[in-house]
Amino acid sequence: MIELEYTSLSELRGPLAVVSGVSKVGWDEFATIRLSSGETRHGLVLEVDRDLALVQVLEGTSGMAGDRTRVAFAGSPLRVPVGPGWLGRVCDGRGRPLDGGPAVFGASTAPAAGFPLNPTWRVPPAEPVLTGVSAIDLLTTLVRGQKIALFSAAGLPHLELAAQIAAQSHAGGEPFSVVFAAMGLTHADAASVRDALELRSAAGELVLLLNLADDPVIERVLTPRIALTVAEHLAFEMGRHVLVVMADMTSYCEALREVSAARGEIPARRAYPGYLYSDLASLYERCGRVRGRPGSLTLLPVLTMPAGDITHPVPDLTGYITEGQIVLSPQADLYPPIDALSSLSRLMRRGVGEGRTRPEHMDLAAQTLAALARARQAGELAEIVGAGALSATDRGHLDLARAFATHLLTQRADEERTLEETFDRAWRVVSVLPRRELAMLGEDALDACYREGG
Amino acid sequence: MAGVTRVNGPLVEVDGLGGAAMFELVDVGGIPGEIVALTGDHATVQAYEYTGGLEPGARVVSLGGPLSARLGPHLLGGIFDGLLRPLDGTEMWLKPSPLRAPGRRLWPFRPLVPAGTPVAPGTPIGSVTGSGALPYLVLSPGGTVTAVRPAGGYAADAAVASVSGRKVTMEWLWPVRRGLPYRGRLDEQVPLITGQRVIDLLLPVRRGGTVAVPGGFGTGKTVLLQQIAKWCDADVVVYIGCGERGNEMADVLAELRELADPRTGGRLLDRTVVIANTSNMPMMAREASVYTGVTVAEHFRDMGYHAVVIADSTSRWAEARREFASRGGALPAEEGYPADLASAIAAFYERAGLVTTLGGEPGSVTIIGAVSPPGGDLTEPVTTHTQRFVRTVWNLERALAYARHYPAVSWNGSFSRDGAALAGWHVRNGRRDWVAARTRVAGLLAEADRLSALAELVGAAAFPARERVVLLAGRLLREGLLQQSALSAADAYCAPERTGRLTSQILDVVDECLQLAEQGMPAAEIETRDFSDVLRAKERP
Repeated sequence: MIELEYTSLSELRGPLAVVSGVSKVGWDEFATIRLSSGETRHGLVLEVDRDLALVQVLEGTSGMAGDRTRVAFAGSPLRVPVGPGWLGRVCDGRGRPLDGGPAVFGASTAPAAGFPLNPTWRVPPAEPVLTGVSAIDLLTTLVRGQKIALFSAAGLPHLELAAQIAAQSHAGGEPFSVVFAAMGLTHADAASVRDALELRSAAGELVLLLNLADDPVIERVLTPRIALTVAEHLAFEMGRHVLVVMADMTSYCEALREVSAARGEIPARRAYPGYLYSDLASLYERCGRVRGRPGSLTLLPVLTMPAGDITHPVPDLTGYITEGQIVLSPQADLYPPIDALSSLSRLMRRGVGEGRTRPEHMDLAAQTLAALARARQAGELAEIVGAGALSATDRGHLDLARAFATHLLTQRADEERTLEETFDRAWRVVSVLPRRELAMLGEDALDACYREGG
Repeated sequence: MAGVTRVNGPLVEVDGLGGAAMFELVDVGGIPGEIVALTGDHATVQAYEYTGGLEPGARVVSLGGPLSARLGPHLLGGIFDGLLRPLDGTEMWLKPSPLRAPGRRLWPFRPLVPAGTPVAPGTPIGSVTGSGALPYLVLSPGGTVTAVRPAGGYAADAAVASVSGRKVTMEWLWPVRRGLPYRGRLDEQVPLITGQRVIDLLLPVRRGGTVAVPGGFGTGKTVLLQQIAKWCDADVVVYIGCGERGNEMADVLAELRELADPRTGGRLLDRTVVIANTSNMPMMAREASVYTGVTVAEHFRDMGYHAVVIADSTSRWAEARREFASRGGALPAEEGYPADLASAIAAFYERAGLVTTLGGEPGSVTIIGAVSPPGGDLTEPVTTHTQRFVRTVWNLERALAYARHYPAVSWNGSFSRDGAALAGWHVRNGRRDWVAARTRVAGLLAEADRLSALAELVGAAAFPARERVVLLAGRLLREGLLQQSALSAADAYCAPERTGRLTSQILDVVDECLQLAEQGMPAAEIETRDFSDVLRAKERP
């Protein structure tokens, strides 16, 4: 095909360029832009109106001149090469290599936007992904094919935790891969993520896409889509269990808002575009399991809640789509600072228990959470009336909460705990309470695992 | 020739469509769309599929008629997208595709009237079996039966009868944005039994009623709606997954396939029509899906059945309207929603009702719509407008959900405008204590709420014994009656008899404690009595 190049940019505004005189250009088409300096940039068609095409330029419009810039259109929406060639690679937010290697090639390509998965082909998620992080494995178990968000706030170690999960997760010996899409990360953060994932990368189990804080903002719109397209192929065509970590989704949404504002769209809440829900869903819903295929795609979006506000549109809409959340909250000198009572894995019930983790898993998690809830109440009461006025049972629950924080929750960022070790610790924690207080646990489990005095 | 001039996501503008009508279906470059604005021969079209690659100049063909639902025997037990295209047996990835008729299959037809009979509009001419649990009725357009086929297998689009010269087929098309006709509305008050105690006792819904279920994420909205889809005593359930999670749809399908319908013994799926438009499927089909769903329900209503529409979630429908209005450059009203939001919500819920069908039978459509308020903010437009137009609100409270109190239906923040009338129905149907028990439970809960607010300030120890027993009564009612586990085999469904029995057991215990308090027993002693028997009664079948 002869590539037609257009040289008439009639308007440049923010990240947007209007190309005039075009013909046969379709909506959402991919464009290549050549500047007079020889630099190449890329864009996506946001709107076509007769002979005008509105293009969002991923690398920004800085330095582009109206009459000396050439634009060529690809003839179709962006396609991404897919295949095992991605494993072990480190690339930028658009998929260009950063590791000194050649460009990634695949035997085939797939559309970056993806197609919706027919709901009748989905299989309800039913097996765990073990992260080696005790609090998560015990209380908010990740299930293969689930999407669960990591909600955090500025200053908390969500990236360390996300990197730890990415480094340690496994599917009990079945082929496992991690696709890590970083959006708007600082250089220091990106370096620590790369360090934490070095072994995984060397083992050829990692795809790392890095869009850094000083990289083109609009490129972030593409990064998660490339990551998911690569992951879908690894999961559903190659039969691997894939964990996709997307951090930080707040930066992604801000890029979306920037484009929306530049287009003069009518803003919805906090000036985010009205289609933010649909847009996030088009990413998050790409997880799952498919009938008759061995692989799975599990999704862990990471986001910082501006000012810790969970009702902010980004965490709020994410919470409406994801199947649970792991919430971090400031706790003095604790790692990982997981707020167990606010965290929830909606699909956990299906992914744990006999033959998957341990038979008493659901009961032990429920009992731990119930005891922590009671401890929180007792703690609030103690602040008013003093710990001395508490009943013996309430004091026991406060002891349990302390034991939980020190023996179970606290863990080094490079410490991988086996399921046995996590359960061992969990039983020690609940055993702080007298046996009669553990009404949610079965007699058999108590006989086998309860230890007087914790 | 008509052609595309502008493409902006699902908004497509078209030139050269002279003579086209509002809401007419068109094919734009191979994908379906609907005309939503006309200026001369220039039309604005909302496309029902992803428009990637669609370019100005692409051919546009009018499909001659508004967006219509294909109503036929294939519906029961099936799963469809928002345009009612079957999803079962189609490809793994849903790629943009035109509208097409479903595969042909033969349905066993049995005539109900001989040729020569005069049949009023809406009366059955024949019945089709093999489509789900209920006989599917082929209704008369009105006239005299000139010919009718003998019993046997026929295709859905083949003529099975002729009435006053008009061909009658099993399936036919009806525009989804227009309600199917009926003879008149009925005023009778009959409850829809949901099997959920907090609803049936305190916040009942009537057949033909309307319910809004507002609740932030994590409050158990979908679980509650799925419970109702499984256990309510309707003949047909239309479950619309409107912009919700794919894994949840997979879950609902798997459960409906496995669970037996307690009334027919067949699969629950066989009385259900699932419309799945998950949040990643094309947005404008999501907008259409609530209308296709309610049209399907009206179709079964016209056969004299009681149908329930469950729409999860109507907020996604409203957001789809907002997105499209915004792309079209409409002036925004509240929070960017178009100005017709309130009237669109009102019109949708008005399609519910208990009616006399054209054939003279009673039939009903009950609409239960979930609302997903952003940030849990109940003052946002979709929630506030919906509450104006519905007769019942089940408000799901985050505080209850955090305390693992499920279903997290707030008893003080919800309402049922039919509550008293429906309680009267229970009394007329042999549950003599129902009204008294309901009043008592509501009264105790309200008093316990007031007292516990006070107790947070002064401490419960400062209360006299009677007040402390009321606090205890509140706890017993919450834990022993209102909490109901969707996962418990014995308790997921609770028949009204059992609800009445559990209620009176708890009220008896409360009365006994009140009496003890009156006789001077210290409150601390009453509180430490063993209540596990009455609290665990709900776990026994």
